[in-house]
Amino acid sequence: MSETPLETLRRHRPRWDRVGERAVEGLIRLCGYSAILFVLGIFLFVFREGAPLLPKLDWGRVLLSPEWYPTSRMHVRYGVAAMIAGTLSVTALAMVLAVPFGLGAAIFVSEFCTGRVKETLKIVIELLAAIPSIVWGFIGLSVTNRLIQTYLPAPVGLNLFNAACLLALMSVPIIVSIGEDALKAVPDSYREAALALGATRWQTVYRVLLPAARHGLLAAVLLGVGRAIGETMAVLMATGHANQFPRSLFDPIRTLTATIAAELGETAVGSDHYRMLFVIGLMLFTITFIVNLLADLAVRGVRNKTG
Amino acid sequence: MRAGLGQFFRRAVLLGALGSLVVIPGPVGCGRRSPRPGPARQVIQNIGSDTMVNLAQAWAEAYEQVAPEVSVEVSGGGSGLGIAALLNGTADIANSSRRIEPEEKARITERTGREPREFLVGFDALSIYVHRNNPLEEISLEDLHDIYAEGGPIDRWSQLGVRSIPGARTDRIIRVSRQNNSGTYHYFRDVVCGRTGDFKLGSLDMNGSKDVVELVSRTPAAIGYSGLGYQTDQVKMLRVCRRRGQRGVLPSVATTLDQTYPIARPMFMYTPGEPPPPVRRYLDWVLSPAGQRIVEQTGYIPLRPAATTAAR
Repeated sequence: MSETPLETLRRHRPRWDRVGERAVEGLIRLCGYSAILFVLGIFLFVFREGAPLLPKLDWGRVLLSPEWYPTSRMHVRYGVAAMIAGTLSVTALAMVLAVPFGLGAAIFVSEFCTGRVKETLKIVIELLAAIPSIVWGFIGLSVTNRLIQTYLPAPVGLNLFNAACLLALMSVPIIVSIGEDALKAVPDSYREAALALGATRWQTVYRVLLPAARHGLLAAVLLGVGRAIGETMAVLMATGHANQFPRSLFDPIRTLTATIAAELGETAVGSDHYRMLFVIGLMLFTITFIVNLLADLAVRGVRNKTG
Repeated sequence: MRAGLGQFFRRAVLLGALGSLVVIPGPVGCGRRSPRPGPARQVIQNIGSDTMVNLAQAWAEAYEQVAPEVSVEVSGGGSGLGIAALLNGTADIANSSRRIEPEEKARITERTGREPREFLVGFDALSIYVHRNNPLEEISLEDLHDIYAEGGPIDRWSQLGVRSIPGARTDRIIRVSRQNNSGTYHYFRDVVCGRTGDFKLGSLDMNGSKDVVELVSRTPAAIGYSGLGYQTDQVKMLRVCRRRGQRGVLPSVATTLDQTYPIARPMFMYTPGEPPPPVRRYLDWVLSPAGQRIVEQTGYIPLRPAATTAAR
């Protein structure tokens, strides 16, 4: 009869109370597991819709050819190479723009400012994250479109650069808030030790804090990448939606996500074209899964280090 | 975006129509009673062409005011589907943006014992738009083929004799097209790229007729195709001829009607045999000045220029 004090307390509680607690516990557990159920359910749905086409596809052509003619009368072709190139190039360019800004802002917010400025900045950055992507797309279509045409040597305003700027603005808030958390997680003893050795603030940042927080910062960047790859509306509106390999910063491109958004609504359910769009969905699933997995591994890295 | 929503709506209407066909078996026709309680309403089933579905919808809505006791139910799905519905007896009126094939006509006559009646209800003209700074005035279908079709050799404005376009930073032709399941895309492909041809890769594929004109108006080096009704003063409409060296014509009611404008097609409505009185009255109204005014309002070409001016 070894009963902990907590168990004794529980036993002496009214019956109703105990049942209620059980029910709430069960409910919360269900909420926790539901995320797994939803992810699995979505994956199964996407897979089921795309699966009948999978064995029929000539994967060499699909992955290497840019020829996307799903509604051709004589010669239907499902090449997605140009869209993969479009997705990767716009994401890469967005990260080139967003990472310096995002990490810089994270360092500033975490290390160089205090009090009111810090609070204001954090709120404004969160506001930036809350702007819906259709609004970004609209800005891309009307504002940056014109700016790019006026001030940059671009023949079309809707292009790789336009979309990358928008995606950068959309992923900066994620990079800042997660990056700031990573820097905050570095123990103060590191900072104190650095200052005691006579390091300037900047030396402390780039010799001590950045190496110590590198896993968390990498996770921040990778989550930003995930945001950029999965974005749909803004890129559909701002890239120009042209199925070609980009040869310059100012070429219009097309992404995997935008193709699904533009075509799924009007294809006959169950047709090869419809299934192919779900196969593209599976490709996106795979890409984001890999990115999130990398981010997760990076976060685990930081836990092991500090723990 | 508007076209996208329109498509969605059409699909919803189509699904609804198919659903109601499943639920209510038995003779389908104009004499059928509406399942709704209240005074008997006559239902006209109007199925077919996706290109015409906005127009058919606009007609159906306006006709509610003219004859509240008649309800016209419109659904899309394509001209082929409309003609198939004539064959199955599930449509009172089939919309088609192409003329019925002789075999189809024979099959319907054989199956139903009645020869389908054809009603020409309007035309659909596609304009070729360029930026207002573009000095080009005229283009031939051959040039359009070489610009748009897969394997076509024209990529640069200089190949068309356009030396420089004020504001354009490139000699490259920026091709603006439509998403690959739009009816306009299919029609333009058939006329310009040929029935066995495809578009060249790398065109900017917009999701609506209006988006095409808007992008062309902001891009000096662009060319695009869209309905006549979408013209603005920010873009220039080109005269179009069939072969290089011919005199081009602008799309208009007159040039569409005398068939000198080459990228226009007739729009038809078909009935299985002689239409019964309510359907006849509807078709008469469609062909009347009031019905034809709606044709012009929705961006298509009415049958007679006089009909619209007289009605105003």
